[in-house]
Amino acid sequence: MSILVKGLIKKYGEQTAVNDVSFEIKKGNIVGFLGPNGAGKSTTMKMITGTLPADAGIVEVDGIDVAQQPLEIKKHIGYLPEHNPLYLDMYVHEFLRFCGGIYGISGKSLKSRVADLVDLCGLQKEQNKQIGALSKGYRQRVGLAQALVHDPSVLILDEPTTGLDPNQIIEIRNLILSISQDKTVLLSTHIMQEVQALCNRAIIIKEGKLVADQAVNELTEEKEKFTIKIELEKQADLSFWTTHQEVNTLKLVTETEYLLETTKDIRKEILNWVTQNDVDLVGISLEKGNMEEVFHKLTQNN
Amino acid sequence: MWSIFSKEINSFLNSLIAYLVMSVFLVSMGLLVWVFPDTAIFEYGYADMGIFFNLAPYVLMFLIPAITMKALAEESKSGTYELLMTKPITELKLLLGKYLAGLVLVVISLIPTLVYYFSLSYLSNPVGNIDSAGIMGAYVGLLFLVSAYTGIGIFASSLSENQIVAFIIAVFISFIFFMGFSSVADLPFLASVGFQVEKIGMLAHYDSLGKGVIDFRDVLYFLSITALFLGATFWVLKLRKWNS
Repeated sequence: MSILVKGLIKKYGEQTAVNDVSFEIKKGNIVGFLGPNGAGKSTTMKMITGTLPADAGIVEVDGIDVAQQPLEIKKHIGYLPEHNPLYLDMYVHEFLRFCGGIYGISGKSLKSRVADLVDLCGLQKEQNKQIGALSKGYRQRVGLAQALVHDPSVLILDEPTTGLDPNQIIEIRNLILSISQDKTVLLSTHIMQEVQALCNRAIIIKEGKLVADQAVNELTEEKEKFTIKIELEKQADLSFWTTHQEVNTLKLVTETEYLLETTKDIRKEILNWVTQNDVDLVGISLEKGNMEEVFHKLTQNN
Repeated sequence: MWSIFSKEINSFLNSLIAYLVMSVFLVSMGLLVWVFPDTAIFEYGYADMGIFFNLAPYVLMFLIPAITMKALAEESKSGTYELLMTKPITELKLLLGKYLAGLVLVVISLIPTLVYYFSLSYLSNPVGNIDSAGIMGAYVGLLFLVSAYTGIGIFASSLSENQIVAFIIAVFISFIFFMGFSSVADLPFLASVGFQVEKIGMLAHYDSLGKGVIDFRDVLYFLSITALFLGATFWVLKLRKWNS
């Protein structure tokens, strides 16, 4: 088990920021950590990295207890903090060498490691600049490079794509995918597409409590309600289906596109019907619920 | 610790502040020791560096806090302190790295003042007729004093995220410890414990080292003051972590 969190509690005065959160992450997984602002995501991540002491509970990374071996644990974790703090007056190379030096890497191996990171994180063009002169996207790459300098087995990324433009977001996502092949990644984000694009699992917390911990495609699968999308070549009369007992509503999206909300998966029946009635069907599919709806449903206040 | 140390030295040397502090120190000391008639050696007429050692603590009282004020304050403010804490480095190593970097920088700015000693030695009559042992003792005293000032500066820097606040706190503590105690000791109602109160301050110990006698007790005093403030810094950082 790469990351094990058990009964984690953190209190700030009267307020409980993280309330009895438990989860496990297996090696090699990319897990999205979701929740509204102030739900306790950053607090939990800080406790996993050992920078913030927990009030109760156990955190283990690579089988090592964070509270007992705080220094050892930091060699296993690469962490990109929220807002990505960097020394703006340092040069990219200088900063990466400094970070490597703290991990005890020195001499030739440090030099080659920094060169590798510059390549890996796509910093070739900007490698001789001062960090303060870099754009936000490149600063984020420097932040990722600093988290990777000691080749950690676990990466914890706190909102790695916040504040970037759509192109940069895709670049950073690809970068995360390419570096995560042999690593365990826990990343927090507000962008739901990101979870669908990057993660195989999502952990959702609300007001410090765990509300969901499931594979992303399981989360988005709807159980009581099915939405079937029907595309026709030309207009046809589908009013027959409104009387069907499994069908709740029939919605016309465009002239030839219909959305059918049903209580069962009745795609087969529809297919039989269209062949019998000579309707030109060009597409039929079961719509999956999107992550945004799932998130909203799980985290809204009733 | 050494990566922090070299990073600090590099950032000092890449920023204007180190050069500014060094030149302000050397120019003001040069003017006071050689040019201004009220204090200059030529007017005084004796081949003696007493004036330098008397005035340097007051100039350094402002310049050392200017060097140390950003040490921890800026790390906290820019969030890089959090970044450092995710790396395998302890609070103790962090503050020792910062302290040593500050100390080395101050010592580097003291080195050019050795020129005063050699000039004075040539100017004296007959040439070389100068109290070398006394001056070297006074330099040792000055080194211990700047060590204590640097410790105080690092401590003040850990108290606030604001560099100016850190600067003012450092100047104030340095002032109280350097001459506050010996001045307070003169108050009539403290007459009975005046001697002990004076010994809490740095001035008495600095003067005693300045006579050229390197007394173990004075050395221990300065080392204790430095350790006291570095230890206090350590606890400030620890408490901040546990209260966060």
